[in-house]
Amino acid sequence: MNELLELLKQNALESPENLAKLLGTTADDVKKRIAQYEKEGVIRAYQAIVNEEKLDASLVTTVIEVKVTPESEGGFDRIADRISRFPEVEAVYLMSGTFDLLLFIKGRTMREAAGFVSEKLATMPGVTSTATHFMMKTYKQNGIVMHTGEGDERLKVSP
Amino acid sequence: MNDSKSLRSRIAQTVRDIPRSGIRDFFDIVSAREDVISLGIGEPDFVTPWHIREAAVLALDRGVTSYTSNMGLLPLRRGIAQYVERKTGVAYRPETEVLITVGVSEGLDLAVRALVEPGDEVLYHEPSYVSYNPLIQFAHGRPIAIQTKKENGFRLTRDELEAYCTPKAKILLLNYPNNPTGAILSRKDVEEIAAFAIERDLIVLTDEIYDELTYDREHFSLISVPGMRERTIYLHGFSKAWAMTGWRMGFTCAPPELTEAMMKIHQYTMLCAPILSQEASIEALKHAEGDIAFMKAEYRKRRNFIHASFEEMGIPCIRPEGAFYAFADVSRFGMTSKEFALRLLDEQNVACVPGTAFGKCGEGFIRCSYATALDDIKEAMARIARFVGKL
Repeated sequence: MNELLELLKQNALESPENLAKLLGTTADDVKKRIAQYEKEGVIRAYQAIVNEEKLDASLVTTVIEVKVTPESEGGFDRIADRISRFPEVEAVYLMSGTFDLLLFIKGRTMREAAGFVSEKLATMPGVTSTATHFMMKTYKQNGIVMHTGEGDERLKVSP
Repeated sequence: MNDSKSLRSRIAQTVRDIPRSGIRDFFDIVSAREDVISLGIGEPDFVTPWHIREAAVLALDRGVTSYTSNMGLLPLRRGIAQYVERKTGVAYRPETEVLITVGVSEGLDLAVRALVEPGDEVLYHEPSYVSYNPLIQFAHGRPIAIQTKKENGFRLTRDELEAYCTPKAKILLLNYPNNPTGAILSRKDVEEIAAFAIERDLIVLTDEIYDELTYDREHFSLISVPGMRERTIYLHGFSKAWAMTGWRMGFTCAPPELTEAMMKIHQYTMLCAPILSQEASIEALKHAEGDIAFMKAEYRKRRNFIHASFEEMGIPCIRPEGAFYAFADVSRFGMTSKEFALRLLDEQNVACVPGTAFGKCGEGFIRCSYATALDDIKEAMARIARFVGKL
């Protein structure tokens, strides 16, 4: 992937001026390229990676394996699209292996997540079975390690 | 007998005569302070890649805790010979021409001690890594410091060699890519130096520890010049490009006679390099190309940033092409390097190393390491801008 996108993935708030310095180009060039990426849909959104555990009202993340019967037209796409439209659904992936779709659901409580499975998901035409897992702890997310305790162990000055 | 003065008088004259390292003085001052952003660190901020660490963990698990042969593990020496040949086109025999050392520091000490007789002159170029001069003195040689110039981008030139080289000169010690200036040599520079070494029949020690870390063009090794393999000790190690400083792994490649001579000293003083570090280095040679490329890409961005920031402040700084140091010219502020560094530390809590720690001609410069997290570099450069803005 190109270096500008890599830098934005690490820190989307980095100023065009600093990005230009890092890449050896001008701020105008950086702004132009970012605008182009946005227009082309290469950059879809800018979001904060939040360490939910630091918040009092932390959310419960549920991972659900779903088996579905593919439709004769459209295969998995249509049902995956229907599932994607629920706001509590964070991510939907088509997988190889023993199940078909992998879902990430955010809810306030386990009960809320369970309610989504039993009332909305399991009853959906084409869904043949579900397996629900509650996520217990996040160690790393989007390439960012959540634990922040590590300091620099090096000597402060060395030759 | 017990008072410290009489104890001091018992210390060997050579050791007494060598001043304390300027870096150590500065380190003591910096260590006493809190929340310093340090650009004074001469080692990667990356941790050794996990697969290399894991190789050492697995070796420990297997109970690999013994000595190795004095020369080092043969599979490692084979891997090194292949690596060096790939990089330089020069083949060394792993059995007789590759020696594993405890860092390049030990390799240099072995090379100097194996060659220098009292009074022999050893040419090296300043600004330089801090250990070169003392190592030569410990071996009772005469260090001859060639003062390289900013106008030449701190590249060693043939004219400078002519000016400093006497008939007593026996050895030329080179270090490019260079710590502390970030200078690298072009192929033409290297060929000219090689031709001079052959003309004057000098043995060359070439410390190419930073050879992987060049940002605009490939490093060209001295041993690649025909006729140099026969008269060169090539020194390298895993500390920088593989982020393995604490493992203390270096190696030398040299003709069998020279390797054997270094090996004699190594076997009686060090016995062998630590086996776990050797095991880790075998893995490092096999699978770390991606890691090196990643770290190098990070250093390049930071190099760009730090260089552009100095330009913005109106502080001249030669664009560093290798290693991970920017050598900035702060002479126009009317302070010595040391005063500048001390005031910067005092007023803005940013540590960098005064250029004079690396030799007389480092006066007027500060060394800023960009082996530092980008956020710290950004903050440090903002603070330096504030500092010079008030001068």
